[in-house]
Amino acid sequence: MTDTLETQQTVAADLGTIHAVSGPVVTARGLTGARLYNVVLVGHGRLPGEVIRLDAGDAVVQVYEDTAGLAAGEPVVDTGEPLQVELGPGLLGTIFDGTQRPLTKLARRGDDPMGAPMIERGATAPPLDRSRDWSFEPAVAEGDEVSGGDVLGTVQETGVLVHRALVPPGISGVVTHVGHGRLRVDEAVASIDGEPVTLLSRWPVRRPRPFAGRLALDQPLVTGQRAIDTLFPIARGGAATIPGGFGTGKTVLEQSLAKWSHADVIVYVACGERGNELTEMLEEFPKLTDPRTGSSLLERTVIIANTSNMPVAAREASIYTGITIAEYFRDQGYDVAVLADSTSRWGEALREVSSRLEEMPAEEGYPAYLSTRLAEFYERAGSVACLGRGERTGSVSIVGAVSPAGGDFSEPITQHSLRLAGTFWGLDTNLARRRHFPAIDWNRSYTLYALDAWFDDDVATDWHEQRAWALELLQQESSLLEIVQLLGTDSLAPAERVVLESGRLLREDFLQQSAFDDVDAYCALPKQHQMLRVLRATHQTMVDSVARDVPVETLAAATALRDVARMRFWPDADVAAGAEELIERIRRELEEL
Amino acid sequence: MTTPNGKTTLLTVEHQTVSYIAGPLLIAEQMIGVGYDELVEVVSPDEHVRRGRVLAIEGDRAVVQVLDGTSGLSLPGTRVRTRGEVARVAVGDDLIGRILDGSGAPIDGGPPLRAEGYRDVNGLPINPVARDHPSEFIETGISAIDGLNTLVRGQKLPIFSGFGLPAAELAAKIASDAAVPSAAGGDEFVVVFAAMGVTQREAEFFRGTFAGSAALERTVLFLNTAEDPAVERLLTPRAALTVAEHLAFERNRHVLVVLTDITSYCEALRELSAAREEIPGRRGYPGYMYTDLASLFERAGRIRGRSGSVTQLMILSMPDDDITHPIPDLTGYITEGQIVLSRELDRRGIVPPIDVLPSLSRLMNAGIGADKTREDHRAVADQLYAALARGRDLRRLVSIVGEAALSDTERRYLAFADSFEQKLVNQGGARRTIEQTLDLAWTLLLDLPPADLKRIDPALVERYARPGGEVEQPAA
Repeated sequence: MTDTLETQQTVAADLGTIHAVSGPVVTARGLTGARLYNVVLVGHGRLPGEVIRLDAGDAVVQVYEDTAGLAAGEPVVDTGEPLQVELGPGLLGTIFDGTQRPLTKLARRGDDPMGAPMIERGATAPPLDRSRDWSFEPAVAEGDEVSGGDVLGTVQETGVLVHRALVPPGISGVVTHVGHGRLRVDEAVASIDGEPVTLLSRWPVRRPRPFAGRLALDQPLVTGQRAIDTLFPIARGGAATIPGGFGTGKTVLEQSLAKWSHADVIVYVACGERGNELTEMLEEFPKLTDPRTGSSLLERTVIIANTSNMPVAAREASIYTGITIAEYFRDQGYDVAVLADSTSRWGEALREVSSRLEEMPAEEGYPAYLSTRLAEFYERAGSVACLGRGERTGSVSIVGAVSPAGGDFSEPITQHSLRLAGTFWGLDTNLARRRHFPAIDWNRSYTLYALDAWFDDDVATDWHEQRAWALELLQQESSLLEIVQLLGTDSLAPAERVVLESGRLLREDFLQQSAFDDVDAYCALPKQHQMLRVLRATHQTMVDSVARDVPVETLAAATALRDVARMRFWPDADVAAGAEELIERIRRELEEL
Repeated sequence: MTTPNGKTTLLTVEHQTVSYIAGPLLIAEQMIGVGYDELVEVVSPDEHVRRGRVLAIEGDRAVVQVLDGTSGLSLPGTRVRTRGEVARVAVGDDLIGRILDGSGAPIDGGPPLRAEGYRDVNGLPINPVARDHPSEFIETGISAIDGLNTLVRGQKLPIFSGFGLPAAELAAKIASDAAVPSAAGGDEFVVVFAAMGVTQREAEFFRGTFAGSAALERTVLFLNTAEDPAVERLLTPRAALTVAEHLAFERNRHVLVVLTDITSYCEALRELSAAREEIPGRRGYPGYMYTDLASLFERAGRIRGRSGSVTQLMILSMPDDDITHPIPDLTGYITEGQIVLSRELDRRGIVPPIDVLPSLSRLMNAGIGADKTREDHRAVADQLYAALARGRDLRRLVSIVGEAALSDTERRYLAFADSFEQKLVNQGGARRTIEQTLDLAWTLLLDLPPADLKRIDPALVERYARPGGEVEQPAA
């Protein structure tokens, strides 16, 4: 067999043999030269894996493919390199698995694009297409002095995104050659001190990419979701966590964020989740257009997919693959959002490998280093000044879904995520069961980012006032509902019953938002502001009316109030006038009662 | 012969080197060349052959899980025979109409299987890119499912039950009734039924439902009963799904796989994990249970360019009716929704006792609407949910403050919750078309204040609200 011949010629220190196999964990002997986190090829089938422990003469490897059939004595070869991703044009619109295998290419067999619908073991293909060429516009000339992060030139990657080819971090010198015209990713776009630089670069996934400095988090990542933008906004470059039991709508919310967030690039990491949900995204995204750019949403999206039945070790890697790609676009000066669904599945992959290593378990069987690993992930979020000339800034925002066991937020992954993320959107099972979506529990959720100033400056000066009013009203309503649960509505004073009515309108006609309705799925900030303005004015009118002894039932039955529920369908252009008209109509009708 | 790993094995090799036996496990020494997860034969001193699977290798030692149990084995007399291949199962059209044991061997006294091939029971993951999004409505004839938690072809939907609740009856009814309106006759489901750890009484029920009737002609029945070895249970659903995938993706059939009971399966998994002295996770279940269950449930779906489908319906008994127990909890995170049975509804004589509030079908949106069911379907379902949630809240309130404290509107919601359960959910053995279900739903909604139908487009109210529309009710 050629494989065997090839491995026999390898240097002895790079060649070992399988000693033990247990699930995704393989122990190799004789790999004396291996370094921690090097990629090795295991067995006759050359299955890729990563060295995760060195113990005397043994190298413990987590294997990224199913290990069935591996036997003791089979060869293990050290590649000498850590796990890396390929970076360059061609990432956008592509779907990769956890170790960056291009899934579309793996499905192809001959002329049939779906000829190999199952992922065969050991199947492999280069992540970036080597045959495609790109029109390169140089931005440097021979003789220029450049250093890491400088823009060498640009490529129009998709209709909306200009891909900036950068000098790789750590390299500097004089440009000795400049390429132009149509170039493939592995052709030199420039030479620096005689060393060719290609569009394609590689970066180890476990090492954060460098930047010049961190910036303050004072701008929101606008999401178009009312419950988020108005009540609990996330900063651009910040991190949010979405814990929720099953059926509370984590994935639908993550997908809504992927569709409507004001980001230049979306990296969607489907980690240990359902295959059918990805299919839905793959069918839907090319058809949806970005309301801000008018082009297809897929053109700004990179999908990393490791479904729950794909090998567990590759699931562990998928998070790092995703964040590294995100940092690469950040360094070009873009705002990137990483949506990770779900970090719990990643944590479980960590737990499974740890238990195979017979490590001492901490809480609920998770390894003691769980919080460190989570911190390493979340701390890669940030808004930064990029390396290189030209004052570029970029950001990576992270939104991580958490699937707590039994819906119980006291479990370790939720708790560690809460410590690390600045925004918490807690999804509530009871809200979900009554089909209140997004099921964000306003009593538990919070944001630590101070963004009121931005909203006041950029949307409306009374934004913070309205937001405070809404939070206060929800708080009052919750307290009153506790009393109602014990004593019934009759026990409340009329003014208190108005709070219940307004609270219900706020919940049903503002906080609830349909992800599946063409108009309602995305709500622009001015519209959010006007809708809330209507609700606040309505509340004030009702308060005034009960002061004149109008019964609350009579108020609640007013016909104009029914149109409050229709606000969500207002076209963006008409909101200001529509709000004015509706407020007036409600005031008139209620005053006549 | 060649293994999937590309390794060439020449001969069957026998080793008489067993050094440890306990529970379902044995350890054999000097097993040079045996592969992880391979199938082996364990030959007892009396020449009885049992099947085993390699669970771990360490140097030349192999940990073997004996599928047929280890009783009667001895250290010196037992031999382990390796064949260099992973567990396989016979697949083919000929399996339809047959009753097989938990690992796929016929137990119906019929002729040997004419297999079209033998497949690795572990299957391969479907490339997400090659999946086709499930969107074809399956009419089960049950209002609580069709109307509010619609099932589509290629979906995986568990029934969360409790001990003593009629989940088996519900699954059997769906399996025998499920039809797709567009393909009346001729294009029905083939049912692959995998029973894991069922009692003799349940086994008789399933045999009775399928065998001896026309239904058997489109059924493959795998039976692993409670007295069969627990470890064989780990093979049963994999064998069944391998057969199903072949029928669906290579023979272009629509296959409905019914797996029962996931709880017995998970207990077998725990038993094995404990025998291996692994670090236990929640309630003693192994930490990899999510991944293990996903490797079963994700084998549902459709593939682009193939006309068949694998739909999964699993029955799961929630220990102590606790939906947060690790088994229903992990299942709910993998499946595309869940149908939850309620003990309270069952006691009140409601058949089927489906509690729709905690139930959910994640693929419902794709399977309903104008060209699939009816244009008002989504809005009606949303309105029913909202009204039922409010009615249920009031029911709790009434138990504290009494009905007198309610307003008129609140009383109407309270009455709605009752009639929803008594009329819409409760249907006895009757089969309802989706039209009948939606018409019935409208009669209930019209008892609510008209202004409260906020979730329905007024144009749809105009078109479909037909007061007094009569729908067949189950006999009292």
